[in-house]
Formats: sequence, C-alpha cells, structure tokens
Amino acid sequence: MTMIFGIPLQALLGQLLIGLINGSFYALLSLGLAIIFGLLRVINFAHGAQYMLGAFVAYLLLNYLGIGYWPSLILAPVIVGLAGAVIERLFLRRLYDLDPLYGLLFTFGLALAVEGTFRYLYGSSGQPYATPPALAGGMNLGFMFLPIYRGWVVIVSLVVCIGTWLLIEKTKLGAYLRSATENATLVQAFGVNVPVLLTLTYALGAGLAAFAGVLAAPIYQVSPLMGSNMIIVVFAVVVVGGMGSIMGAIITGYVLGIAEGLTKVFYPEASNIVIFVIMAIVLLIRPAGLFGRDA
Amino acid sequence: MAPLLEVQGLNAWYGESHILHGIDMTVGEGEMITILGRNGVGKTTTLRTITGIVRARKGKISFAGTDMMQVPLHKTAHKGIGFVPEERGIFSTLTVSENLMLPPVVAPGGMTLNEIYELFPNLYERRTSSGTKLSGGEQQMLAIARILRTGVRLLLLDEPTEGLAPVIVQRIGEVLKTLKERGMTIVLVEQNFRFASRIADRFYLMDHGQMVSEFPVGELPQRMDVLHKVLGV
Amino acid sequence: MADITETIRTEKSRTALSVQAGFLIIGLLLLLLAPFFFYPIFLMKLLCFALFACAFNLLLGYTGLLSFGHATFFGGAAYFTAYTVKSWGFPPELGILVGVLGAALLGLVMGFFAIRRQGIYFAMITLSLSQMFFFFCLQAEFTEGEDGIQSVPRGHLLGFIDLNSSTNMYYFVLAVFLIGLLIIWRFINSPFGMILKSIRENEQRAISLGYSVARYKLGAFVMSAALAGLAGSVKALVFQFATLTDVTWQMSGEVILMTLLGGIGTLIGPVFGAGLVVTLQNYLATSEFPVTIITGVVFMICVLIFRRGIIGEFYASRLGRKLGFVYRR
Repeated sequence: MTMIFGIPLQALLGQLLIGLINGSFYALLSLGLAIIFGLLRVINFAHGAQYMLGAFVAYLLLNYLGIGYWPSLILAPVIVGLAGAVIERLFLRRLYDLDPLYGLLFTFGLALAVEGTFRYLYGSSGQPYATPPALAGGMNLGFMFLPIYRGWVVIVSLVVCIGTWLLIEKTKLGAYLRSATENATLVQAFGVNVPVLLTLTYALGAGLAAFAGVLAAPIYQVSPLMGSNMIIVVFAVVVVGGMGSIMGAIITGYVLGIAEGLTKVFYPEASNIVIFVIMAIVLLIRPAGLFGRDA
Repeated sequence: MAPLLEVQGLNAWYGESHILHGIDMTVGEGEMITILGRNGVGKTTTLRTITGIVRARKGKISFAGTDMMQVPLHKTAHKGIGFVPEERGIFSTLTVSENLMLPPVVAPGGMTLNEIYELFPNLYERRTSSGTKLSGGEQQMLAIARILRTGVRLLLLDEPTEGLAPVIVQRIGEVLKTLKERGMTIVLVEQNFRFASRIADRFYLMDHGQMVSEFPVGELPQRMDVLHKVLGV
Repeated sequence: MADITETIRTEKSRTALSVQAGFLIIGLLLLLLAPFFFYPIFLMKLLCFALFACAFNLLLGYTGLLSFGHATFFGGAAYFTAYTVKSWGFPPELGILVGVLGAALLGLVMGFFAIRRQGIYFAMITLSLSQMFFFFCLQAEFTEGEDGIQSVPRGHLLGFIDLNSSTNMYYFVLAVFLIGLLIIWRFINSPFGMILKSIRENEQRAISLGYSVARYKLGAFVMSAALAGLAGSVKALVFQFATLTDVTWQMSGEVILMTLLGGIGTLIGPVFGAGLVVTLQNYLATSEFPVTIITGVVFMICVLIFRRGIIGEFYASRLGRKLGFVYRR
C-alpha cells in the first residue's frame, strides 16, 4: 500500500476528491455572491437558502411531477432565478440607496424565513435524492476509486464557472455588467436599461446557487439546513478571495476546498474551522483579500 | 423652425442644495452652444439635469418636441441625447474597444466604427488596452468617440479640454468642427472660452444657477470686459 | 489636534431631558414592582436580553459597526461563568467577573481581525469567527457539547445573599441591568464615545484629524463584548445552564433583530426590542408555529419600512418631536 506522509495514498486521494467537490460548491457559490455584490452592492445572505431551494426544487420535481435530474438541472435554476428576480424587483431595489448593511439584513431575514418554512415542512433531517442512473457507479483508476457522479460534479462546476467567467469578461452583456459595476449612472445615461440588468444579475446569482443545489442533492441529501451551513463558510471564502474578481472567487473556492480536504486527512479535528483560520491569516497579511481590489 | 432643445425655468437640487434657479436656454438644430461660467455656478448640473441624471428637478425640458421630464434615465439616450461627463467615465474593466462599443446605437446616422477609427487612429492602435491605460487626451477622444457611434442628435460635453495639452485641445477642436459640419448639435460647457470662441455659434453666461447673458460669437469682443469680470480671468 | 467634542451638538433639549427623567422614574418603578405581577424568570430573561441588545447597540448604533458574531460573547461568557461556578465552586460575583473578562478577551481577538476590513466585510468576518467559536464549543470538553453545562448553582452573592430565592435573584439581575445601562450611557457621553460618533458619521474626517480610528473601534468592540458577556453570565445563573444555542449565529441574528426592532442608535430602543422579541418567543413556544419564519419576516418588514424601530419612530413622530426628542440617522 503506497503511503504519503504516513497516510495511505487511497485515503489521501479520496479526501482530495472530497475537497475538490466541496471546492466546486464553494467556487460556484462565491462566484454568485461576488457577481451580486459587484453590481448590486448587496451581500446576499439568502444565497445559502437559494442553494437549498435548488436542491428542494429538484427533489419536489422528482417526487411530485416525476421530472428527473437532467431537466431539473435547468428547471431548478430557472425557477429559483425567477423567484430571485421577483424579490429584487419588489424589495431589494428599495435598499440600494441605503447603508449596505440593510441589504445584508434583509437577505438574512429572507434566508431565515425560507429556511424556517422548509424546516417546518420537512423537519431538520435530509431527504434522499437518488444519483441519476447515467452517472451512478464508479471507475477504478488504479490508484483510487472514482465515483462517477463526483467526477461529474467537479467537471460540470468547472465548466459552469468558466462559462460564467467568459460571459462576464468576453460578452457584450458582461461588458454592460462590468461597466455598470463601475458607474451605473453613466451606463444608464448611455441608454442601457440598468434596472433590468440589476434584476437579471440577482436572478443569475440565485440561479447559480440553485444549480449548485441540484448538483449537491445526490451527494449531501436535501435538507433545510444545507444552506446555512454552507453560506457561512462561503462568506469566509469571499473574504479570503476578495469580491473584486470573478476568477479570484472561483480559484479561491477550489483552493480552500482542497485545503479543507487535506486538513481532514492530516488533522481531522480542525477540518471544519480550517477555512476560518485561513481567513484570519489572510486578514493579517493581506487584508484586501488575495484577489481583492477594494479595501 | 422650432429649436431642437428648449429649456424653460429649470430648477434642480442636490439633496437640500438648490443649484439651478430657473435656467432658460434654447438650442437650434446644428448649432454649437457654449455655456460659460465660474466653477460651482451650476454648469455641470445643467447638463446632468438635461440628461436626466439629476432627478430632483422642476421646469420644462423639451427635446425634438418630447417632454424630457417624464423620460427615465435609461431612455434619454434613445431620445437622441448623448452625454460626455467631465470625468470622462472611461471604464477600467473594459478595453478601449469595449468602451467604444458600449453605448448602444439608438438611431441611424451615427458614425460607423471605421469612420471613428479614421477620425481617431490612436484609438484603433490601443483598442485592446484597458480603457484607463490611455492618456488624458486619448480618454477624452474615446469618451467623445463612443457617443458618435450611437446616432444621437444632441451632444452634451462637459469641459472636454480640461487639463489637456494645447496640442490635444486643438485636435478636439477639429473633431468638434467636423461633427458640426456633419450636422451634430452640440452644447459645450467650457472654462476655456478662447477655445470655445473658435468653434461655437452662441454663448450663454451662467452665474449663481441662472443664465445671466446670451450672445452670438460675433459679439464676443464687446463682451470681453463683462466676461473678465464674471469669469475672473 | 482640534477638539472634536466641541463640534458635536447636544441633541436633547431641556424638555426632552425632563420628559426622559419622567419616563425613567416610571420605568424604574415598573421594574421594581414587576415581580409581583409577572413570573420572575420571564422578567429576568427579558432583562438579560435587554442588556445584551443594548450592548450590541453600542457597536451598531453608536459606532456604526454591524457584528454578526455577538453570540460568541453572550454564550461564551455563559459557558465561562457556568463552568467556574459549577466545577470550580466560584461564588456568583467571581463567576460573572470571569465571564465578563472572558468575553472581553474574545472581543479583543475577534475585533482585532474584523477591524482590518471595512463595512460589510466586517460583518462577514465576525460571522466566520463566531462560527469558529461555535465549533470550538461543540468539540471542547468543558462545554459538554450538545448537552451543555447543566445544574449551575446560583450560590450566595457576596457570601450571604441567597440567589436561589427568585426575589433576590430578580433584584440582583435588575441591579446588573441598570448598572450596565448606566455604563453604556456614561460611555456614550464620554469623550471616547463622542469620538466614536464622529467616526461613525465621517470616518475620513476623524482620520484626518489625527484619531487612531482602529484603536477606537477596537475599544468600542471590547466594551460591547464585555457588556454582552455580562448579560450572558447573568443569564447562565438565572437559568442555571449554558448551551450551544447561545453561541449560534441564529442567536447573533436575534440580537440584531432586537436592536433593529427597538431602534438602532437609541439608548432604550433595544430594551423594547428585546422585550418584544422575548415576549413573542414565549407565546410562540407553546404553539407549533415556527419562530424562525416570523423572525425572518419581521426582519424583512423592519428593513423595508420600519428601519427606525419602535423608539426611533417615536422620537421622529409628532409627539416625540413635541416632547423634544431628536432622531438622527
């Protein structure tokens, strides 16, 4: 049995894979948070709830309408994104001129209300969601056993992250978003409908969170608590990465996920706080965050 | 012929501060108007209020027969009004070419990309750099150029020559003359009235949030004393 | 260096002061007579949370810093006090002292890291560090994990006042509450407090005047943490246990709600906010209706249309202004 640093190779790679998967979710979620914060200047505490909603919509679609995983990958983000658009249009936009803490508090209240509702309906335990048959099983790679679904999660989240990055950095719509982040008033004066852009951005962020939720459903089970457990860690991720850069948020998510996985191997007791510790260290040596542009 | 832009009794506020105290102004199609005045009298506010950036406003703004007071900010450009702010507003997260292509085309008759690159060859050379890597003069060119693509009929320019070297100032003057020949209506806010006197048709003199004087360019020599007094130059 | 205290205008007119004095006396009388009409435990819970909320408001309302981790100080102090009183046999006053000092220390550490970032990042950092403390409490031995520390003896205050008597305990808690409020009041009106206010209103200006803004913020943070700890310590003795619930982010959220509901930046607003929330929770505890949903909805409503809170709205209302109150935000 091959050993590295006194740990069997299989175990090390197994944990690295888990770390990579967690990192995928951290990346997807901090990406959504960064996009929303960049343009709307709102910290979307409800992001975790939207992640949870994505998983639940997939679960409900399956159990009440017989709609499976593959359509849910599209439907759940669209549904949650629409709900997000409504929230932005009706409520969030009244808060833009205020101290940003009110945006945080409003979305915090929203998160509580949504989580509370699902906790009331489904209790605290998780509902199972079956891995789609096409992705079930695993492959023996020789040095480790790779469950296919897990590999799928890593690949598709990478694709979505990079796709989102391309959308923002290389398309016209992305140019509108980036310029509106710098000077929304001027962009509006040019004739771009910035209010609609804001709604779309929030919907995009919520949709990304929901997408992550669908991906997570077969792995973590569908539980009303999955959002709040996730969001607090993701906050730490964005503090480490800084919210000024999309690519920065993505990279930081994966790196911290892997760091967490490695910690689980070598020092398991610290694994659920290692990201916070890294955050504290980063705050000491580079307060603006690793990729941060604003102070 | 009815004026293209008609402003009557325009009042505007920044929060509690009452900046514009009843501005009256008309601009005919194809004219180039310059608003002169000291710092702080409300010249920039006038442009921003006409554009619709300043929403705390009362009075009448009529553009090509449309009542602009009811038009939301993101529709102003579509009515045909283009705005180049004092700070130029070049976006650092966009390349020069992205900056150039950003404002949507709102009407036919705007310049094509080729025409713009002919007028501003250095923008073509620097088209993949970040917008803010350009010099002040080049940024000013970019700020004007990107509006020219859109097909607006009225161009509002806030202090385009501020802080620029004489060579660049001359270049901008040439650009504006070319635009005027193409039929563009231009309202210029300028402190450099020597620059303005070479290209403008008419002047408005502004003080304390009101227009105190209006005269064609031909009368400029007679007005120099008043100008010296009011502008403090 | 200009004396910034001179530029802060006094906000209350003479009428307001005498009206406030009147309200104060009435309030004091009510509090003194309350245990004859209401359950002492309920009242004590109210007073503890009221102090917690007032301590929190010191940071949010008066310094302009939103902390999402105040449960760490509240619950942490509860643990420290519970442990020392139960396992080391400390008398109650010493146990409370340990709790307060422990909370102050935690405040120093958390504040040190959080202050390195501005605004909204500050809130996220406090949340993360607080979560870290939660995990520590979950796993540490002395907190006894999910069970919490139970059967904490109340002991004898100063050696002879038996705190097992509800009456004695109530008046002790009331005294602590009043002292805490007094400390906050003195703190706000001190030169230190005035500088905090100027930092909240215009940080750049305070920096340009030469004030070490980070140090003042940290000072406010530690003070707020210590007072929150005081509330938590006393609560541990009132209920005679310390649990994980007190160090969760939900608890941090609750105290924010109390302050928001009562009135950010008013001295007694949080007292009313705490009163409302605690009373509501009491009623809902017996019913099946989930409290989190209501908390969430109230939060959203408050942020949208009730930002000034109960006392803030009163100060800004016709009656409030007639009585000479001013609410500036």
